[in-house]
This record gives sequence, C-alpha cells and structure tokens, in this order.
Amino acid sequence: MKFRRKSGVESKISTSSMPDIIFMLLIFFMVTTVLREYSGLPVSLPKAERIEKLESKRHTSDIWVSKDGLISIEDKLFNNDDVRHIMYEKRAADPQLTVSLKADQAARMEVISGVHNELRKADALKLNYSTKVKVPN
Amino acid sequence: MAIRERKARTGAIPEGGMADIAFLLLVFFLVTTTIDMDKGLGIILPAEGQELEINKKNILNCLISSSGAVLLGGEPVELKDLSRRVKEELRENDKLIVSVKAHEKAQYDVYIEVLDQLKLAKATRISIAETE
Repeated sequence: MKFRRKSGVESKISTSSMPDIIFMLLIFFMVTTVLREYSGLPVSLPKAERIEKLESKRHTSDIWVSKDGLISIEDKLFNNDDVRHIMYEKRAADPQLTVSLKADQAARMEVISGVHNELRKADALKLNYSTKVKVPN
Repeated sequence: MAIRERKARTGAIPEGGMADIAFLLLVFFLVTTTIDMDKGLGIILPAEGQELEINKKNILNCLISSSGAVLLGGEPVELKDLSRRVKEELRENDKLIVSVKAHEKAQYDVYIEVLDQLKLAKATRISIAETE
C-alpha cells in the first residue's frame, strides 16, 4: 500500500477574530466587577486571626459604626432606633442577608450592643464583624 | 518646479498587534480591580424572644470591663491566655457555653479580640449577653 503524500494544505487557526474575543472578555470582566457602592465612614477596623470570608457581596449589607458612635447605612446617618426599620426592609427583600458590621476598633460597646438589639428586632441574625487579618505571632 | 506625483500607497493599519493590545488591557484591568472580599468574624445572633434557660454549670462568664480587662469565670485573665484557659474549661465540660458580656464603655477591639480568642479555642457556643 502506498502512502499518500500529504497535500500542501495550510492549516492555520484564524487569528483575525482574536481581538474581538479578548474585547468581549474585557467587557465581561468590566461588567461583572462590582464596584464599591458606598463610601461609609472612616473606620479603622480591628484585627482578628480566625476570620472567615463573606459568602457573597450581593447578600451583604454594611453598617458602619464610627468611633464617635455614628451609625451609617448606605451613606446615611441613622439613630440607633431607626436601624431596625431599614434592616427589616433589607431582610425582607433578601432572606439570605448577612450584615457586615464595620465598626471602629475604638467604638464603645454600648453602640455595638444597640446595633445587636436592633438587628435582633429586625430578624437580621447573620452578623459578621468586619476585621482585618492579623498575622498570628 | 515640478510637482511630484504621489505614489499610491496603501494605508492599512496593521492588525496583528490588536490582540496584544486587547490582552494588555485585559490584564491591566484584571490586575487593578481589587476584589476586596470582606473578611471578618461571623456570628449568628439569637432571635428575638428566644432566651433559653441554661444550667448555671454550663455557663462560663467572660466579662470585659470598661478599661479593657477580661474576667473569665470571675478571675482576671490575660487576653493571650484566654484561648488556652477556655480550651481547658471546654475539655472538662464540652457542653460549656461561653457568655461574653461587655461593659458599655468597653472598647470594641477588646471584644473582637475576645471573640477571636474564643474561636481560636474552638468554642462554638458563644452567647453575647447584653451590656450592663
């Protein structure tokens, strides 16, 4: 049996649509990246070792507590007693809601405890104390 | 002076480098977007009106004073010894519930440190008592 000689067909992958693919990837990443929505209050977070990641940014709502005891949600300042109303609405809209408490390390426990009580009244029970990573020594 | 006739040049932009440029942009955006995942200590608050009566024997009180001192079961304890002490207590009684109670003027970072130490000691039953 004779082997047929290969015909001189050029087998090249067309690269002309490469930029389109890359641009599509670029646009995909730009669209899906969730930018920070709220600037919050200037807080210096405490540090902890045994931290866990928040599951999803979409099911997270932030509460900022500054060291002067100001409470801010979505860049609006709230009194302690008003936290329950807004959190109740958020919780009703999203049952998987996790509250991320971004409190200053010099905040007083009376404010934190007030927020605890408000969250319990609003039935938003999944709480996460936002912290920085502490390197164990 | 004679005007020279222009040569008919083909003005094509080279497309070969286009993919490289797009790739470069993609890599730039990938690198510069910081996906700042929120990290922190997770806790589940007890539901409203769900206070349980617990046997006194199974409660270990952890008090935080306004000055940041920590009392464990009535004795003062250093923060860095806390996890070791709680671990010992847990070994004796695995039904132990650690009740953290902070003074209202206590600082938040002490509280976080205490919670961190409790998590380090693998204390899963942590109760947050209201401030006094």
